[in-house]
Amino acid sequence: MDITSLTAVELGKKIKAKEISVMDAVKASIAQIEKVEKDVHSFVTVDKEGALKRAEEVQKQIDDGILTGPLAGVPVAIKDNMCTKGMLTTCSSKILENFRPTFTSEAVLNLEKAGAVIIGKTNMDEFAMGSTTETSYYGATKNPWNLEHVPGGSSGGSCAAVAAEECPYALGSDTGGSIRQPSSFCGVVGIKPTYGTVSRYGLVAYGSSLDQIGPIAKDVTDCATILETIASYDTKDSTSIARETYNFTSALKNDVKGMKIGIPRSYFGDGLDAEVREPILNAVKVLEEKGAIVEEFDLNLVKYAIPAYYVIASAEASSNLARFDGVKYGYRTETYEGLHNMYKKTRSEGFGPEVKRRIMLGSFVLSSGYYDAYYLKALRTKALIKQEFDRAFEKYDVIIAPAAPTTAPEIGKSLSDPIQMYLGDIYTISVNLAGLPGITIPVGKDTKGLPVGMQIIGNCFEENKIIRAAYTFEQTKTYERPEIAKEAR
Amino acid sequence: MAKQYETVIGLEVHVELATKTKIFCSCSTEFGGAPNTHTCPVCTGMPGSLPVLNKQVVEYAMAIGLATNCDITKVCKFDRKNYFYPDNPQNYQISQLYLPIARNGYVEIEVGDTKKKVRIHEMHMEEDAGKLIHDEWDDTSLVDYNRSGVPLVEIVSEPDMRSADEVIAYLEKLRTIIQYLGASDCKLQEGSMRADVNLSVREAGTKEFGTRTEMKNLNSFKAIARAIEGEHERQIELIEAGKMVVQETRRWDDNKESSHAMRSKEDAQDYRYFPEPDLVPIVISDEWIDKIRSRQPEFRDEKLERYKKEFDIPQYDAEIITESKQMADIFEKTTALCGKSKKVSNWLMVETMRLLKEKGMEPEDISFSPENLAKLIQLTEAGTINSSVAKEVFEQIFDKDVDPDQYVEEHGLKTVNDEGALEAVLEKIIAENPQAVADYRGGKEKALGALVGQTMKAMKGKANPGMVNQKLKEMLK
Amino acid sequence: MANKISDETIEYVGILAKLELSGQEKEDAKADMEKMLDYIDTLNELDTEGIEPMSHVFPVHNVFREDVVVNGDGSEDTLANAPLKKDQSFKVPKTIG
Repeated sequence: MDITSLTAVELGKKIKAKEISVMDAVKASIAQIEKVEKDVHSFVTVDKEGALKRAEEVQKQIDDGILTGPLAGVPVAIKDNMCTKGMLTTCSSKILENFRPTFTSEAVLNLEKAGAVIIGKTNMDEFAMGSTTETSYYGATKNPWNLEHVPGGSSGGSCAAVAAEECPYALGSDTGGSIRQPSSFCGVVGIKPTYGTVSRYGLVAYGSSLDQIGPIAKDVTDCATILETIASYDTKDSTSIARETYNFTSALKNDVKGMKIGIPRSYFGDGLDAEVREPILNAVKVLEEKGAIVEEFDLNLVKYAIPAYYVIASAEASSNLARFDGVKYGYRTETYEGLHNMYKKTRSEGFGPEVKRRIMLGSFVLSSGYYDAYYLKALRTKALIKQEFDRAFEKYDVIIAPAAPTTAPEIGKSLSDPIQMYLGDIYTISVNLAGLPGITIPVGKDTKGLPVGMQIIGNCFEENKIIRAAYTFEQTKTYERPEIAKEAR
Repeated sequence: MAKQYETVIGLEVHVELATKTKIFCSCSTEFGGAPNTHTCPVCTGMPGSLPVLNKQVVEYAMAIGLATNCDITKVCKFDRKNYFYPDNPQNYQISQLYLPIARNGYVEIEVGDTKKKVRIHEMHMEEDAGKLIHDEWDDTSLVDYNRSGVPLVEIVSEPDMRSADEVIAYLEKLRTIIQYLGASDCKLQEGSMRADVNLSVREAGTKEFGTRTEMKNLNSFKAIARAIEGEHERQIELIEAGKMVVQETRRWDDNKESSHAMRSKEDAQDYRYFPEPDLVPIVISDEWIDKIRSRQPEFRDEKLERYKKEFDIPQYDAEIITESKQMADIFEKTTALCGKSKKVSNWLMVETMRLLKEKGMEPEDISFSPENLAKLIQLTEAGTINSSVAKEVFEQIFDKDVDPDQYVEEHGLKTVNDEGALEAVLEKIIAENPQAVADYRGGKEKALGALVGQTMKAMKGKANPGMVNQKLKEMLK
Repeated sequence: MANKISDETIEYVGILAKLELSGQEKEDAKADMEKMLDYIDTLNELDTEGIEPMSHVFPVHNVFREDVVVNGDGSEDTLANAPLKKDQSFKVPKTIG
């Protein structure tokens, strides 16, 4: 049996039914990693020994009837910006090259309680700053569909690992599209939940007011199941929100009758590659045929989301990343003269160019005399963008958008012009500013054979609507696997 | 004629709050402890950690705000103050700039016979930094985060003070209020109360303020007075020499009695404050404010008034006793138990003060119970023990809070009231001291004292001196 | 190109951010920041008069902890990743004042 082709929930069922042992599931993942990792490079750390040991423990707990959930025994990969006790957590940065956290992030703890086996930590853009996973200190991750192309980012390692079937599912984080965009590029499903749904405790902060952890998997069922497991009200995270319900799997219904879908005109105009537009509009048609009511509308202020985002995220990042200074953990420069020289050398050697760029920008926009003009202006813009979405959701249940203007670009083509790169976030960024949930699902491929994803955006706390719409579409299409995943072992 | 100058002083006072845990994590705030024992991921700035606000900090801050006549900010928020320093593990301090919890207050101070209001500009909550210890051995610094995250309020006054006396009166006033609230012990030496002095001088009669400096590292009222004097002179000298006063932060060295500028090229002092995204706003309802207000204790000024009316003790005593809430509480409770306010006051004013001074303690450190002091007073009133025994017992109460009834019993300290036994001793004393007896009989009243003393000594202090006196007189007739 | 970032500004921001940029990096940073600020300046087209700056998207407030000591001796974990330590403390270059 081809274990790695199974979804997380399918694998969980077979483990429960004793058709597959946890050890076999873990070994299958490790074998696939050993086979494809040199090409794809999804991981910063693969914890083979730890996973094998944990497999035995989990198997025992399943056998003893202690672990009964759908993810018990299923291997998982964790983006390397989530703390895992005793296991390297680098944020793909040199500055944390040797950092082993002393506690595990809440979302990962929730998975562990459900019997997950952590197989390793996935590559990412350094400190989640980037859209290609090329800014990693540990080398770029490749797109499993075409190794010449990027997997997207910043959760590129997690998405590539799922697409290449190195693990059935993974956790990512999304500050400006970092789950939804690479999911689109890699042909997998990813959810960015409503802000406050998954605890940020243990997630190394980039833009605290925007960061959310979410699931990445091969289908909507998996994502709903994983979200149900990782979401929780956490008293350790003051921005965590006690939700009325954490039941997301009940939304897995093949039914969009009467669902009102809004299509923002500005999202489908200039700047969107026709090869991306077509499959998405076809998918919209499918939903319409299944009973959804589709309407185009004007979503205003779209072009202001990116500048507002870069002010807010960079400002927060400049402060969040101040703690990396060579004093308490991580890298410290070898030779220095005095305290401030130690700080400067450590940070200049420890951070990559994109991280430095954003720290510089963030420090500048907060500096004396500029705070009002930049930071407050951006926060006001954010308020207006939120209002725009509030208005849209008075009329629509969900909004459908692309996840990126193009399919995955070639490696080495994006980083030269930062603004051009930032423009690629246009369809995902406002969702973070407004705290909304969004899901990306594969809807087709371009002529180069690269996946195209469709983003479904919901009102805050209405994950169930986007899950239902995504699930309904998914029923009309079979999951496509890249060749690298299919090759016989 | 030399120009006259006026000193203009405003204070920034940091007060460590008496919570059990730190402001954003559940680590103990207890003093001492080996380095970094009272730490966790939150107060050491570990990646991924997040702050959660201690409610008690807000309530203490509200209480102090109300007691200093401030307006409480109904929606207040935390901001990040960004600067790099190793005692600040995140390299930002969570503080309040834009919406501090309290604003526009005042306290009334009295210097000499003049009363005056010192206005409070604002008061905010923030976290304390860790401790840096210089390691002489290899000329490095060592960082201990035990104090990192201990809650502070910073009280910022308006530049309303004009002399060191006013500054000290203001600080004493704040200290008494905050101690009465139980919100802090406010010890300058230990750093639970710290004052930074903003000082400028101007020619008498001018309206505009001069350029001010900020003086840090002032660990006692004396140091504050000396620093004010020193800075006042330094600024006048600069002005008289035609030089400019530079706006800067200076560090006072109390041993050298001088200060030096702290600024370096690397300290830009541009703190890039912005709203703390990891904490949500605090919304303070009128009900909450009322609840805090209803819990406010009777403050010193009110207490003084009441003591004058209610208790038969001198004004001076009342002032000393009410200077510390601990002392006032003991006074009131003991008086309630034994009904002898004057006696209680005497014990506090004389013996208690003596022992505090001897042991280098503060009134806040008093640990004996009103019950035991009341019992002691009753024992002396009933003549069960005499006053010298009482002093001895009191020392035991002060040190170990012993039960005086039990202690007197166990150590056989009761005054001997047995007339037969006393007469036997007296007969012996009279026989052994013919000269003194003759002197007394010859009209030298003083000679009686010597005989009483000898008797007390013979009876190991347990005799009732009144009874000895009376008996002796009878027997020598 | 409306925004001009001077050498002094880059130097100053470097001090704030504790980043030391080499000559070329400095030039790149200037150019990047100028471009970004020009782009960010498009926000000025928006009338935000009277709009309350939104730092939190949801109106959540009063999230508190009770004042109860939960954490024990954390020194081992705290120091576990220290680049340099001594006497159960983090060792850093000498601080002044």
